[in-house]
Amino acid sequence: MIVEATGLRKSYGATEVLTGVDLSVAEGSVLALLGPNGAGKTTTVRILTTLTRPDSGTATIAGYDVLREPAQVRGVISLTGQYAAVDENQTGRENLVMVGRLMHLGRRTAQRRTGELLEQFGLTDAMDRRVKTYSGGMRRKLDLAMSLIARPRVIFLDEPTTGLDPASRSAMWDAIVELVRDGTTILLTTQYLEEADRLADRIVLLDRGRIVASGTADALKTQIGGERIELRFTDEVQLLKAAGVLSGVVDQLVLNVPSDGTAAHLHQVLDVLRDNGLTPERVSSHRPTLDDVFLALTA
Amino acid sequence: MSHQGVVAACSDAVTMIDRSVRLARRNVDTLFVSLLLPLLMMALFVYVFGGAINTGTEYVNYVVPGILLLTTGYGASSTAMVVADDMHSGMIDRLRSLPIHSLAVLTGHVVASVARNATSTAIVILASLAMGFRPEGGAVDWLAAIGLLLLYVVALSWLAAGLGVIAKSVESASTLSFFMLFLPYLSSAFVQPESMPSWLRPISEHQPITPVIETVRSLLIGTPMESNGRVALAWCCGLLLFSVVLATSLYRRRSNR
Repeated sequence: MIVEATGLRKSYGATEVLTGVDLSVAEGSVLALLGPNGAGKTTTVRILTTLTRPDSGTATIAGYDVLREPAQVRGVISLTGQYAAVDENQTGRENLVMVGRLMHLGRRTAQRRTGELLEQFGLTDAMDRRVKTYSGGMRRKLDLAMSLIARPRVIFLDEPTTGLDPASRSAMWDAIVELVRDGTTILLTTQYLEEADRLADRIVLLDRGRIVASGTADALKTQIGGERIELRFTDEVQLLKAAGVLSGVVDQLVLNVPSDGTAAHLHQVLDVLRDNGLTPERVSSHRPTLDDVFLALTA
Repeated sequence: MSHQGVVAACSDAVTMIDRSVRLARRNVDTLFVSLLLPLLMMALFVYVFGGAINTGTEYVNYVVPGILLLTTGYGASSTAMVVADDMHSGMIDRLRSLPIHSLAVLTGHVVASVARNATSTAIVILASLAMGFRPEGGAVDWLAAIGLLLLYVVALSWLAAGLGVIAKSVESASTLSFFMLFLPYLSSAFVQPESMPSWLRPISEHQPITPVIETVRSLLIGTPMESNGRVALAWCCGLLLFSVVLATSLYRRRSNR
């Protein structure tokens, strides 16, 4: 495991922000920390990136202890925070070269990587303009590019798309998918279920400083209750008759039949209905969304 | 620290100095205030108040060393604001998560501050010559005066950096550094302490700015040196040591929150 954390706790005064968080991320995978505001996502990221000391608990990145070997940890990670960490009064190019130099790339390597990243993120035309003239989406792109300059092994993205318009968000997702393809390990935090569902291999659901669920998006959806077939009838007589021949839960004029999601099972259900002379008005197959999971577990 | 560590730390410092100087050059407001305000103050004292103040010498000769210290006060207070601004931007988290020496960020700001102050001081000196300042000191006296002022600027810049780190916001950095702007008025910068009420005189005579000003006066216009040189040097070295330790430990502590 390239990221390992055990029993992380942190309080600010009387407020407990983290109450014992365990995490592990496999090399080359994407972990999403999903939770509402104040769940402790940012604090977790700050501890893992050596910015905040936990009150107790341990964490290692690529085998380096975040408390005892912060310099080594900083050498293999990069952080893209919630607010674009760019100098407004430097140009895009100056920002990139500066971070490259601070990562101890040679002058020439820093300049070469700067050119590559500007190209990759479509910022070449704007590279000699001061960042204060950039749009929000361009800043985020530059921010991410700055994080990538020294090819970090683990990238921390704290709410990478919060506040972006749909087009910029989509561009950011593409950039993240690209990184995953190159084998970079990513730990991202998000409030958006869709984002976690789309990008992450594993999701950790954080609420009020503790982990309430974790697993793949599919596993989480199964945990909340698997798939079901919804049969809507036009009258109660048919509905009750159907409930007599199929096991399911009645909700107003709908019969919810648990399902394994296969076509064979759907066939079977429809056959039973036909054999009993029943015709539902509508049939639909329903999978719980992460929203269902989220609401069920954090309520 | 290993040899390699020293080389890396120096390279980080150079990169951060490069950044801070560039940002300072582009921060037009701050540059404007720290260059223009001292000139206005000098004109005000020489042409408006000067006629009413009796110091036993040509007033312009008396007041220039004071204006020089006032200038550094303004410069330092804008340094505190620049550092505070940096500490509250997202940039500081990025810089702290990089494998760089923890002193590099503040070193960058301090060097930029010293460079800005040196520029404004040079401009003030040139302008004062145009306004009739006629120093008598030779080359050695000038070097000594410049050396002392430089030491004072470096110490004050570190103090300002420390205040910038501790400040909760840019506004509070400006409030915290207010005393740097105020202290020169309670010194021998503009009037002789003998003219102040008896309760104020000891404050004026025993604060760091008075001996620094008196030393510069002695070197440039030939007033008696007495113990001022030694006292000024002790104040500056003490302030420098105190400020570097303060700024560094505050910066490290803030990383642990």
